[in-house]
Amino acid sequence: MLTASDTAALQQLARDELPGLYGLARHLAGPNEAEDLVQEALLRACESFGSLREHRAGARWLRVILTNVWRDRVRKETRTAREVPVDDVEAFSLYRVLVDEDPYPYSDTLHLDFLGAFTDGDVDTVLLRLPPRYRAPLVLRYVEGFATRQIAQLLELPLGTVLSQLHRGRKLFERAMWDYADECGFVARRDAARSV
Amino acid sequence: MVDRMISCVEAVRHLWEFLDQGLPDDANQAVEEHLARCVRCCGELEFARKLRGVLRTATAGQLPDDVRGRLAGFIDDLDHAE
Repeated sequence: MLTASDTAALQQLARDELPGLYGLARHLAGPNEAEDLVQEALLRACESFGSLREHRAGARWLRVILTNVWRDRVRKETRTAREVPVDDVEAFSLYRVLVDEDPYPYSDTLHLDFLGAFTDGDVDTVLLRLPPRYRAPLVLRYVEGFATRQIAQLLELPLGTVLSQLHRGRKLFERAMWDYADECGFVARRDAARSV
Repeated sequence: MVDRMISCVEAVRHLWEFLDQGLPDDANQAVEEHLARCVRCCGELEFARKLRGVLRTATAGQLPDDVRGRLAGFIDDLDHAE
C-alpha cells in the first residue's frame, strides 16, 4: 500500500510522462490497445513504486514496466496464435532501390527527397505496419534509446535473438517505407513513367 | 589492418550496428576499412544515419485529447487503486 505522498509522487510522474508512455504503448501494442496498456502499466507501477530508489529515474522505470506488461501480454497471445510468416528481406536495400528506381530523376538529393516526403505521421503509420516482434526492438532501440543488452533483458530474449530481430526489423522498415511511398504516390516508378 | 576484406553485402548488413557503436572491435574495423574504399557503401551509411533519425521522430504528437483526458482521470484515481 502506497503512502499518500508516494501516490502523489507517482501521479505526478505519470502525468509528466504520459505522452511518452502512450507513444511507447502505441508503438508496442498498436493504437487499439495502447490506452489499456498504459492503464495496466500504471497499476503495476503502483504495486512496485517502493522499489524505485531514484525518482529521477522514474521516466525510464515506467517505460520498463510498460514494456514488461506488453511482453507478458504478447506471451499469452502467442501461446495460441500462430507465428506470422515474414518473407525474406535480408537482401533489401532501400538506398539501392532508390538508386535503381530513380523516382526523382531531376534531383541531386534523391535519398533526402524521398525521406522528406514523409511526415512524422507517415513514419508512424509505416512503423505500425511491422510485425510486433520486429517493431518492438526497433522502437525500444531507436525511439526510446535502450541499449541492445537492456532490450534483451526487458524482452527476456537472448542477445543474439534481439540483434537478429533488430536487423530484420530495420530491413522490414526499409521495405515498408518503400511500399508506403509507392502506395501514397510519393514516388514515380520507372515502369509507370515509361508507360505515359 | 584486418585479416580479411568484407563484401558490400556484409558491410551494409552491419551499418546500423556500426552507427550504434555496437560491433566488436574486429568487425568495426572491417567495416571502417570497407568504407574507406567504397563510395557506394558510404552513401548507404549516410542514408542509414538519416533513416535512424527519421525513426526517432515517429512519436511526435501521438496523444489525442480524448485519450489524454481519460488517462488523466485514471491517474487522478490511482489513490483508490488497491
